[in-house]
Amino acid sequence: MTLSMAPPATPVPGDPRDTADDRPPARRRRSRLGGSRWVAAAFAAPLLVYLAAFYAYPLFRSIDLSVHDYTVRAFVQGNAAFVGLKNYADVVSSPLFSQALLNTAVFVFASLVFQYVFGLALAVFFRNHFRLSGVLRALFLVPWLLPLIVSGSVWAWMLNSDNGIVNAFLQAVGIGQINWLTSPDTSMIAVIIANIWLGIPFNLVILYSGLQNISADVYEAASLDGAGAWRQFWSITFPLLRPVSAITLLLGLVYTLKVVDIIWIMTKGGPANSTTTLATWSYREAFGTGQPDLSPASAVGNILIIIALIFGFLYLRMQRRQENS
Amino acid sequence: MITRKFRAPVVIAVAALAVGALAGCSGSSTGSSTDAAGGTYTWWDPYPQHAEGSDWANRVQACGTDAGVTIQRTAYDTTSLTNQALLAAQEGTAPDVILLDNPAVSTLADTGMLTTTDELGLDTSGIDANLLAAGQIDGKNYGVPIGANTLALYYNADILSAAGVDPATITSWSSLTDALAKVTAAGHKGITFAGINTEEGSFQFLPWFWGSGADLTKLDSPQAVSALSLWTDWVTKGYAPQSVITNSQNTTWEEFITGDFAFGENGTWQVDNAAKQSFKTGIIEIPAVDSGVAPAPTGGEFITTPVQKDTARYETTKKIVDCMTTPDGFVKTADTFAYYIPPTSAGQEQLLTEHPDLKTWVSAVQSAKGRTSDNLGTNYPLISEQLWTAVQSALSGASSPQDALAAAQTAAASATDGK
Repeated sequence: MTLSMAPPATPVPGDPRDTADDRPPARRRRSRLGGSRWVAAAFAAPLLVYLAAFYAYPLFRSIDLSVHDYTVRAFVQGNAAFVGLKNYADVVSSPLFSQALLNTAVFVFASLVFQYVFGLALAVFFRNHFRLSGVLRALFLVPWLLPLIVSGSVWAWMLNSDNGIVNAFLQAVGIGQINWLTSPDTSMIAVIIANIWLGIPFNLVILYSGLQNISADVYEAASLDGAGAWRQFWSITFPLLRPVSAITLLLGLVYTLKVVDIIWIMTKGGPANSTTTLATWSYREAFGTGQPDLSPASAVGNILIIIALIFGFLYLRMQRRQENS
Repeated sequence: MITRKFRAPVVIAVAALAVGALAGCSGSSTGSSTDAAGGTYTWWDPYPQHAEGSDWANRVQACGTDAGVTIQRTAYDTTSLTNQALLAAQEGTAPDVILLDNPAVSTLADTGMLTTTDELGLDTSGIDANLLAAGQIDGKNYGVPIGANTLALYYNADILSAAGVDPATITSWSSLTDALAKVTAAGHKGITFAGINTEEGSFQFLPWFWGSGADLTKLDSPQAVSALSLWTDWVTKGYAPQSVITNSQNTTWEEFITGDFAFGENGTWQVDNAAKQSFKTGIIEIPAVDSGVAPAPTGGEFITTPVQKDTARYETTKKIVDCMTTPDGFVKTADTFAYYIPPTSAGQEQLLTEHPDLKTWVSAVQSAKGRTSDNLGTNYPLISEQLWTAVQSALSGASSPQDALAAAQTAAASATDGK
C-alpha cells in the first residue's frame, strides 16, 4: 500500500526483478524507504503534536513573555512593548538575584547530598531481604504519596516555634526553643530538612533497583576473598552503582531546582527572603502578589531552565567520556 | 549496559522537567467562556465556600430572576479570581459581573477591562465615600462595594478581668502595651496577629501604620518606623509569639480561640465564630498612637462589570447590580454572610436595628480606609509587597525596623517609578 503511494519517476517495463539494470531495485528501495518514512512520521505525529502543544509552545510563550514588558494592562490588551533582554538585566542586577542564587545552590546541594546518602543507605539496607522488609520499604514511600500541601503543612506545624512538637522535644531535653521558620538563620535548614524527607523515597527506589543489577556472584567472590561489608560497599556496590547514582543525582537536581511548593507552603520564601530560591521568586513575581508581574517571572524561570540544561549537558559529556575510555 | 539504556531518556527527561518548571509561569489556562445566548448572564465571585444551593447562590440567582435572566455563577478563590479575570479579558470572554476583592479593582480597571459606574448608569451617591474610594481611579468609579469588613481587636474578657485590665482604658499604643505587660505577667499570652509575607501581612499591619500617621508613599518615615518598632518590640518582649511571622489571619484566629491569648487582631468575618467560644470575647477598635481610633483597611468585595462587545447586555447587567445594591439588598447580603457591613448609611442603620451588637464594627468600617485610596491605585500592590517584606525583616530580626523600612522605601520607589 505504501509502495503504490510513491509515483514512479520513470515507467518501468515488465517485472523489475527481470531487468538487468540496477536502477529499479535501487529506486524501489528508495521508494520503500520514502514510504516507511511517512509511516514513521504518522506514528510519531501524536507524540510530536503533544510535544509541540505542551512543551514547545509553553517554552516559546515563556521566552516571548520574558522579552516583552507585560504589565497587567499590556497582558490584556496584547500590546506589550518588546524590550529585548531588559527583563533579564533587571533580574540579574536585582539585589535579590545573588541571594536567590545562593539560596538555590544551598537548597539544591544540601537536599541532594542528604537525599542521596539516606536513599543509598536505605537501599543497601533493604538489599538484604528480611522479614517484613517489603512492607517496611513500602512505608518509606509514604512521603512520595502524600499530597505536598499535606506534608508541607505538617512540617510547618511540627516546626512551629511556640507550639511545634520539635521544639517541645528540644525544650524537654534542655536545648531550648529554635525559631525554625521565623528566624532568617534557621529557616533554610527547616525547609531543607522537609525537602530531604520528601526526596528520600525517590532516591531509595531508583538506587534499590540499581542494586538489583549487581550480580550476587560478585559479592560472593569478594566475601571468599575475605572482603568485609564495608570493603564490599566501597569496592563493589558504590563503583558499580555509579551510572545509576549519576542519573539519580541529575534527576534529583532538576526536581530540586524547580521546587516551589514545599518552600511556599512552609515559609513563602521568608522571613526576609532567607528561603527565596529562583523558583519561588519566579512564582512570587507571577502569582504571589496582588499584581501579576509575568515578564520578570518568566525571565527568572528561563534562567532556571538554562541552569538545568547546563547540568544536563555536563552529565551527557561525562557519560560520553566514560563510554569512550 | 545501563549507561546506554539511560541516555536517551535522560535527554528527554531533562528537557521535559526543565520545561515543566516553566509551565507554572506561562499560566495559559483558560477561563470559562461567556455564553451570550438564551438570556444567560455570567457571574464570578470569590466565594467557593458557598456552593450551588447555598443561601448566597440562591440570592445571586434571585437577582437574575428579577431581571428576567438566568445567572451562571462560577466561584474562584480570591487570588485566582484576579488571574482568571485577566485571562478572560485577554481572550475577550470576560463575564458580565465580577465580584472582586477591593484592592484588585484598580488593577483590573487599569487594563481597561471594566466599565465605569457612569457608563452603566449606576447610582453611587449613597455609598460611603471612604468605601467607594477603593474602586476609584482619577475620579472615576469602577465598581460598587457590596459590603465592607475591616479589622479590630478581639479580646478574651476572662483573661482581661483576671489580670485587672479594663478594655475601655485601651485608647493608645502605650495603654495597649501596658495591658499586654499585665496579662503576660499574669501568665497569659499577650496578642496575636498575622505578619505573613503576603497581602494579609500588609492588611494587618496597616491599622498600626496608618494609626502612627504614616503614609504609604513614604514607607521609612519616623511614624512608620514607630509602628513597626511597636510590633517588633511586642515580639522581642514576648507579648506576641514568634509564630506571628508566619501567621495567616486564619492561623491567628486559631491561636486566639485556644483561649490563651488576651488579644487577637482579626476581622468582621469572625463575629459569629467569636460568639461560639467557651470564653467571653469582646471587641475594641484598634487604637491610634496617642489617642483615638486608627483607620483600619477596608476589606470586602466590589461588584464590577467588565466591558462587553455586545453593549446591549449592559441594561440587564445594570438590573442585576441594582438588585444587589439597594439598601435592602445590602442588608440581605450582610445577613447572608453575617460579616458584611453595608456601605451606605441607610443600610447600616437598618442593619443596626436588626443587630445592635455590630455597633463597633459599623463604626470601624466608617473610619476605615481603602488600601488603593489616595489615588495609589495599581501602585498599591507594589508598595504592599515591600511593606510586608519590611515587616518580615524586622519581626524576624534580620534587620532593624529603620533599616527594613528604608530598604522597602527604596525598592517601592524603584518599582513604582514612572507609574
